[in-house]
Amino acid sequence: MDFSLSEEQQLLKDSVQRFVRDEYVLESRRKLVASDTGYSEDNWAKMAELGWLAMPLPEEFGGIGGGAVETMVLMEEFGRGLVVEPYMSSIVIGGGFLVAGGSKEQKTELLPKLAAGELKLAFAYAERQSRFDLNDVECKAEKSGDGYSISGHKGVVFHAATADKIVVSARTSGGSRDAAGITLFLIDNNSSGLTRRDYPTVDGLRASELEMDGVAGTVLGKVGGGAALMDEVVGQAIAAICAEAVGCMDVLQETTNEYLKTRVQFGVPLSKFQVLQHRMVDMFMECEQARSMCYMVNLKIADEDPTERAKAVSAAKVQIGNSGRYVGQQSVQLHGGMGMTDELHVGHYFKRLTMIDTMFGNKDHHLKRYADL
Amino acid sequence: MDLAFSDDDLAFRDEVRVFVKDNLPADIAESVRQGRAIDKPDIQRWQRILFDQGWAAPGWPVEYGGTGWDATKRYIFDEAMSEFDTPETVPFGLLMVGPLIYTFGTDAQKERFLPKILNGEEWWCQGYSEPGAGSDLASLQTKAVLDGDHYVVNGTKTWNSSAHIADWTFTLVRTSSEGKQQEGISFLLIDMKTPGIDPNPIVSIDGGHHFNMTYYTDVQVPVENRIGEENKGWTYAKYLLGHERQSISEVGLSKQRLRRLKSIAGEERSDGESLMDDKSFAKKVAEAEVLLTSHEYLNLRFLAEEAAGRPIGAEVSLLKIRGTEIRQQLTELTIEALGYYAAPFELEQLTDGWNEPSIGPEYAAAQMPQYLFSRAATIYGGSNEIQRNIIAKMVLGL
Repeated sequence: MDFSLSEEQQLLKDSVQRFVRDEYVLESRRKLVASDTGYSEDNWAKMAELGWLAMPLPEEFGGIGGGAVETMVLMEEFGRGLVVEPYMSSIVIGGGFLVAGGSKEQKTELLPKLAAGELKLAFAYAERQSRFDLNDVECKAEKSGDGYSISGHKGVVFHAATADKIVVSARTSGGSRDAAGITLFLIDNNSSGLTRRDYPTVDGLRASELEMDGVAGTVLGKVGGGAALMDEVVGQAIAAICAEAVGCMDVLQETTNEYLKTRVQFGVPLSKFQVLQHRMVDMFMECEQARSMCYMVNLKIADEDPTERAKAVSAAKVQIGNSGRYVGQQSVQLHGGMGMTDELHVGHYFKRLTMIDTMFGNKDHHLKRYADL
Repeated sequence: MDLAFSDDDLAFRDEVRVFVKDNLPADIAESVRQGRAIDKPDIQRWQRILFDQGWAAPGWPVEYGGTGWDATKRYIFDEAMSEFDTPETVPFGLLMVGPLIYTFGTDAQKERFLPKILNGEEWWCQGYSEPGAGSDLASLQTKAVLDGDHYVVNGTKTWNSSAHIADWTFTLVRTSSEGKQQEGISFLLIDMKTPGIDPNPIVSIDGGHHFNMTYYTDVQVPVENRIGEENKGWTYAKYLLGHERQSISEVGLSKQRLRRLKSIAGEERSDGESLMDDKSFAKKVAEAEVLLTSHEYLNLRFLAEEAAGRPIGAEVSLLKIRGTEIRQQLTELTIEALGYYAAPFELEQLTDGWNEPSIGPEYAAAQMPQYLFSRAATIYGGSNEIQRNIIAKMVLGL
């Protein structure tokens, strides 16, 4: 048993750490968040150059062939920097779908571009009524000539505005909550029949509402095979977002610890108050438990047994939800008024952790899923 | 022990209900229902309506324009108000400095300030905390030096809610550095238009401008604007904290929030049905409601004690702790109910001129900012850690 990183993985970590340190001081992030696209194309090009975009993609299609642990290393450091580039949407999820479900032609055409930073993807799955159920799909796809024509609404599609293509779940048969009959499609962002409403999200990212009226889509994976494909790739996304959360929590833990040692009230540093010491210990415990679950899920995400995999995913997401909530809320509380300011980075990590709990199903959703497995 | 209301009480309740129903402006109610920030002119408009009815200050004595109601009637009034989408009372004038002025102020101060607090014409803010004096408020350093018939004030105050729109501020300043820290503090009322006062916005994590950092440079304050005696300011500040009780418990506000939560969860879908039919979510809403009920009855017991002439001491901290925790619990459940629609953060949607369709459900936009701002509730007014210290020391004798 070994939880240490290999030499290559450690080099990767060092290189992401350098990037975050150089490019992601809070002021630069603030500018990116306020910019037109909401992130930096230069950063994206740099990520391509450093091989990070290619990291989880197969070697035969221009990738590096890294596994879940490499993605974990990247995502944890992205979490530490609150990185806003669409790595999750485009590479982890978009790339994940192409790798898991793409045809030979799709892979040959799209994966090298994805790895080179010339193609960006997004994933449209949530609908007004669906809450966290990936299989609650009302968008419809009908056969039309050689391809399909998709109609319906998708909500809160992260990074849709800057994506070239969007992966969309739509129903090709079955009732609106059946797992069977869901198919994934690739649509072009400039398709006729597609209306997008773009907006910022509370955690400094961008998302869109999509209105589709007869948008042309090409099948990704098997017709009717969307549910299984989503289960697999969203599982990978959850494993990756757990690592991002761990990065966020560690920064909050370290910052709050430091703040308590320097902030003096009643003639002593706040760190001398036992009630606050215990709070810090509880935060530390949450961080360590979250990290443990993050390792667990990333080591099990390639498990062949789908039940084992699903249990690992949901268990980790529950832990991350609970830990992220506690660490985020307490970091604000222990910073007092300062924790409430937009100026300090603490609130930004707190907001990201709040949204990470929501992403791909919150703790209640995954607790229920775990109990049902 | 008796929970029943008299016929007179019940008639009064009907009267309040009818009055609010007929007089609460629809646009204000809609903003409250949507959870938008209510701006100064709207709050003044509603306060003016209550003032004309003689109900602006339920807690004040009749001679200063209050209602003279007993504890039961005040409870009935609050309860009836919370049944409607009435705006939250801005505490600084009506609940804080007003009672301080009629208790410790001079006749001239009462005459000058109370009428305009009552009718909402003058807006107040609080100047307590400083960058170096938060939980340890008594260590405050803003200096006031007596120079003839006025003080000259220099220093920095922070977290001043509404300082940018306030007409007056009540502040704690240091007038002596001898003896205990608490014994060198005085209480001043300062006109915000006085030269040398410079409020600067502090944007908070909800994206709003509630707080300010206010710099005081050679600000001249007439000595007649001091409350009570010099160096006794700490005593008045402590008295005032006790008087915040009505706002601190937030029972009415929490009932409004609970109602909104249930209505949102009733609209949201989960597994093909209403989210309120989801057992695990409904259980969490029920837990919050039970907690709120226990809080409400604690509040009632305190009100009854006070009405019976037995003033509440440090126990009032219980109300602050639980009231703010409940507020956070309710706002958190509300964003949880929204699922992914907690994420869109287009704050223009919350402004008056906005007339485009909402992103997702129309009730969504205000909820995340409310949740984020609710995190301040366990920090301001004496953090909940400080409140627990107070209870441990003053109530439990530990």
